[in-house]
Amino acid sequence: MARTLDWQLATVGAIRDETPTVRSFTLALPGWDGHRAGQHVDLRFTAEDGYSVERSYSIASEPERIGEIDVTVERIPDGEVSPFLHDVVVPGDRLEVRGPIGGYFVWDTSMRGPLLLVAGGSGVVPLMAMVRHRARSGDAAPARLLFSSRTSDEIIYRDELERLSSAGTGFGVFHTLTREQPPGWIGYARRIDERMLAEVLEPLGAEGWTFICGPTALVETAANALVRLGIPADRVRTERFGPTGT
Amino acid sequence: MTDRFVTRGFVGRRGSDQGGDLSSRTPPGQYLTRDFPVLSAGPTPRTPLDRWSLSIDGLVKAPVSWTWEQFLALPARDWTVDISCVTKWTKLDMRWRGVSVDTLLEAIDLEPSAAFAIAWSDGGYTTNLPLADVLNNQAFVAFEYDGKPLAPEHGGPARLVVPGRYFWKSAKWIRGLRIQDRDEPGFWESLGYHNRGDQWREERYSGD
Repeated sequence: MARTLDWQLATVGAIRDETPTVRSFTLALPGWDGHRAGQHVDLRFTAEDGYSVERSYSIASEPERIGEIDVTVERIPDGEVSPFLHDVVVPGDRLEVRGPIGGYFVWDTSMRGPLLLVAGGSGVVPLMAMVRHRARSGDAAPARLLFSSRTSDEIIYRDELERLSSAGTGFGVFHTLTREQPPGWIGYARRIDERMLAEVLEPLGAEGWTFICGPTALVETAANALVRLGIPADRVRTERFGPTGT
Repeated sequence: MTDRFVTRGFVGRRGSDQGGDLSSRTPPGQYLTRDFPVLSAGPTPRTPLDRWSLSIDGLVKAPVSWTWEQFLALPARDWTVDISCVTKWTKLDMRWRGVSVDTLLEAIDLEPSAAFAIAWSDGGYTTNLPLADVLNNQAFVAFEYDGKPLAPEHGGPARLVVPGRYFWKSAKWIRGLRIQDRDEPGFWESLGYHNRGDQWREERYSGD
């Protein structure tokens, strides 16, 4: 019999700005049984009169952290929930959470590598859990993240990614900025395409796992290209969010 | 259940864009969207139409298979249905054109023990449904959405649509129904999602 995913009360801990519009929230969960990198949680928000909504958020933190998770949330100006999380929630608040959810878009070190991660915008969040899991466990599988953002100010986890990719552990990050590049920018400066994927994939070979998360157009482009580049379809795992993500 | 937990400071938008009758059409925990979000676990498969077929096999007296042309020649009708995805969006009045599963099953004789249909798709996806959940015009195989051929990312050339269940039961890129006497969890049903997936009972995950 399957275990029921009960709602539990999380206490909001640290709240950190990742970019001007993206914020991470640490949720302390005393009854948390752990998760796998790539999984998500459901959050439920209930008003005084009983009106209630739920949303799913990817877990950003690595499974090695015990009794707490991080979620990273982009503020959607006309959203119903993300402005509440950004503008109203403060440390010490309690939120209803259940999870972890999802068993396909997951990676752990037992699956070995190499690992190609492809992200657009806040699609990086579940991939960051994989990056952090790899780093925290000391895994040596070669791994690369190709990360599309609009501008350099909008690169989520920028400093941490920089630190991890210069640590000499076989992890590399490759940025592309699609809207505006700062002076002296040496990264990519266009939407992700097959040539870019081939360049980033090349040293990894076609034997590993690929995880893609981002807007539908990016995911479609990247998944189709990776299949053409020789990755077996069941090794191309995707998670998408449309323009409605609130 | 104990006292309902109230999220401090949460008011919610309370359906400013959904009137009373619309909120009554929104299952618990869902929000209305006007978009048609795309969700799938892997790459979009692309089978050429001249190699496409739709089959029914398993516990049937004689299996049947339609080519694309034969499938399009079956009696089809328009369907306007509300769809709910387990990722929380609900989209009202989605307009499809497709062939009722009843029509497909008219072509075969079920064995008396037939009780479940396993829908299977290009790319290896599967999902399980009791026959009782798909008969009597509760399910159809759609080949048009909103007056246009169904786009590949939305499951084209043809997908199953089961409006009374969360949308993962509406198998994209469907290629066949395997009729069985016993239930067998499909792709998401094996990965923690509910076996039945009734959105009005909020059957999202195993154990709900």
